[in-house]
Amino acid sequence: MADKQLPSKENGKTEHQQDLSRRSFLKNTGLVAGGLVGGSLFGGLITGGLDKKDQHNGETENAHPNKGYEAFQARQFFTREHDFKLLMASTEQILPEDELGPGAIKLGVPYYIDKQLAGRWGINGYDYRQGPFVANLDKSDQTAGPGGEQSILDRGSLFLLGLRKMDEESQKRFSIPFDEASEEQQIEIMTDFEANNVKMKGVKASEFFILLKQATLEGAYSDPLYGGNVNMEGWKMKEFPGAQASYASYIEHDEFKKLDPISLRDYQGH
Amino acid sequence: MVKKLEKVEVVIVGSGWVGGIAAAELTKAGHKVVILERGKNKKHEDFIGTKDELRYSKRYDLMQELNKDTITSRNSIDKEAMPVRNNMNARLGNHTGGAGVHWNGLAFRWLPYDFEIYSKTVERYGKDKIPKESTMQDWGITYDELEPYYDKYEKTAAISGEESPLGPPRSDKYPLPPMKETPAIRLFTEATKNLGYHPYRIPSANASQTYTNPDGETINGCVYCAFCEEYGCDFGAKADPIITVLATAQKTGNLEIRNDSFVNRVSHDGKKAIGLVYTDTNTGEVFEQPADIVVLAGFVFTNTRLLLTSKIGQPYNPKTGQGMIGKNFTGHFSNLSTYIGARGFFENKKFNNFMGTGGLGATIDDFSGDYEDHTNLDFLHGYEVHYSQLGTRPIAHNSVPEGTPGWGKEFKKQSLKYFNRNLFITAQSGFLPNKDTYMDLDPTYKDALGNPLLRVTVTYAKQDIARAKAGVARCAEIMKEMGADTMNVDVVKDDTVFDHKFYTDHFFGGAIMGADPATSAVNTYSQMWDMENLFVVGGSSFPHTGNYNPTVTIGAFAYRAAEGMITYLKEGGNLATKQLEKNA
Repeated sequence: MADKQLPSKENGKTEHQQDLSRRSFLKNTGLVAGGLVGGSLFGGLITGGLDKKDQHNGETENAHPNKGYEAFQARQFFTREHDFKLLMASTEQILPEDELGPGAIKLGVPYYIDKQLAGRWGINGYDYRQGPFVANLDKSDQTAGPGGEQSILDRGSLFLLGLRKMDEESQKRFSIPFDEASEEQQIEIMTDFEANNVKMKGVKASEFFILLKQATLEGAYSDPLYGGNVNMEGWKMKEFPGAQASYASYIEHDEFKKLDPISLRDYQGH
Repeated sequence: MVKKLEKVEVVIVGSGWVGGIAAAELTKAGHKVVILERGKNKKHEDFIGTKDELRYSKRYDLMQELNKDTITSRNSIDKEAMPVRNNMNARLGNHTGGAGVHWNGLAFRWLPYDFEIYSKTVERYGKDKIPKESTMQDWGITYDELEPYYDKYEKTAAISGEESPLGPPRSDKYPLPPMKETPAIRLFTEATKNLGYHPYRIPSANASQTYTNPDGETINGCVYCAFCEEYGCDFGAKADPIITVLATAQKTGNLEIRNDSFVNRVSHDGKKAIGLVYTDTNTGEVFEQPADIVVLAGFVFTNTRLLLTSKIGQPYNPKTGQGMIGKNFTGHFSNLSTYIGARGFFENKKFNNFMGTGGLGATIDDFSGDYEDHTNLDFLHGYEVHYSQLGTRPIAHNSVPEGTPGWGKEFKKQSLKYFNRNLFITAQSGFLPNKDTYMDLDPTYKDALGNPLLRVTVTYAKQDIARAKAGVARCAEIMKEMGADTMNVDVVKDDTVFDHKFYTDHFFGGAIMGADPATSAVNTYSQMWDMENLFVVGGSSFPHTGNYNPTVTIGAFAYRAAEGMITYLKEGGNLATKQLEKNA
């Protein structure tokens, strides 16, 4: 179909070419020279790379190296780059990089969450959304609201409120944006969110924290098709082998069976 | 504007196990059947190659779309109820095959004690043993009378198992031998034997071998891929309605399934059901489908709400104790049963936890029902303790020993370390009905079509807490014997209240069965006393919940109801009265 081919023709340029045209745009408009607008635009263009190194190399020929996964990432939901940085920092604290393997950022968790919030889950598409909404739950009913289930806010709004509240706390306590705060400072703030020691409007800080943690684990361990668990690194760390067709020949054995993980892309085979 | 359709012999709400069994038996007998299914059309093909934890276990792809319809919940009759807004609190079935598609496949029979619970309790302990708040009653049928239907269901659904050393008599062995034995099952079996208990393998609807059932439907041998609960089976190796009873009914040419058909009410003239009024959710058109007999084969909530919105029978009133519809709501509640127990962490053992299948495991009956002497216990009924290897998946399973932080460096380290180094055993307990635990229509909230939501009120009695405590303690005893280095043992507090989780999908009551129209809504053929051409079948007819998973008992009663429907189409009349006349 002719019109189905149109987008690919439009995007037929190589990434290298696209990158060049972006940079010539920047040069031509003079935005690179600095200033508020230029700074935010510049930042927006370089978040395609998850690796912090890319930020330093933003002006080099390899700003968008052909790295497979990362080359396709861009924000669907978050409009402000700063909000996305708050998401990166907070998810990395939940699942930090260590000697056992990558943390949330390298696993693609922030982009996973961004995609989820842009879709049906972010607007609570399958949830019952009719009022009245109960603003304050009786103590014995609080189990009815994990992740703000009874809240009038949808998940996208909860994330924006929660992340910005973390930032506000960081500014208030340490006079520094949350994403630039030290590990100890970030942990202190997140611990207070978890314990509900921070007051939020519309949702409890602890409920937002549950949502953030749940979404982080989902991004780390769901099939790579959703944008997280990059290269199945989450599964490899966990010794979970993914979508295996059968365990019939191993399941009776006493010894632990180590298997290379299989993604749904591999499993479905088309 | 309701468009009236041409009359059919039988119209059924719901295409799960109950609707499927009724459809298979009726169509084989030559009757024309229409099933109205609110969910989407699903075939086995939909489940091939979809081992996707996020989609099915976290986004609940097969569960009820709560944006269209849900329930409200409260834990005291003095409160206002809140709607259940997200599936994390309610895994209710939907689509062709209903909850029968995404079940694990644990396939127990219930006990003779369950069906005669009142009489047997009074006989063994005296009337004073029955707590004041309890509304427990006999079911009007005995295990022996139900046994042939149990046997029939097990043969339809390829049940694989071995006889319980303590279990009730069986007319035949299981159609298939138990599934493969795993190291963790061996550990549980040895530990429970050492403690003097009687372990046996959990009977399962995950087939241990390829099997052809008496209707000629083939269920494939299970390959232990560990995607059962919340999933449709990739391989057609778990008995579900789509590959068994619905397939059988479709082959006769006498079945029509209408998907995307949301039933709003039963039309009736006060004495007889006329048909079902439903909305085609693709077009918004409203139809009335008249039929000779009308069958409600939905989940407990659907059946009960339809009776209430259709003004059939008298709604139950907890203040007066009068009325039957909505009475005796019971279930396996998450903070008392099924999801609580003991988790053991092993330093020097690694298990293939990611391998498994829904019904794979071992269990003991020593504390089930009334096997244990309750003379000196402060509760009635019991609990079933099991280890099941349904397969751990990585988003849901991040268990760490108590005291470990819930996130951050230490959490990551420990959750990775123990993913394949922990085992969980759980106690599933019975729950006895009480006067303040029931269902009625919510005064505030409505579904997408404007019908009132069903309101569920759940109040725990002291004995429910005591039973749950005993179950958890037993889990800890066994896990210790299994050699765990450390354990997380769930704590059941004295002031535990219902937590608004309808997670087990094991819920009962609302149109309970019995021998007497004064104390029941349906007879033991699930035929309404007040409306003879209306059958209300499924968990809604159970006067209480036993401590086992319910599907096989639901299947057995569905076969009995189907037999009643065929007799009714021939002869009419009340089937319970007929049976008495026949026996006289």
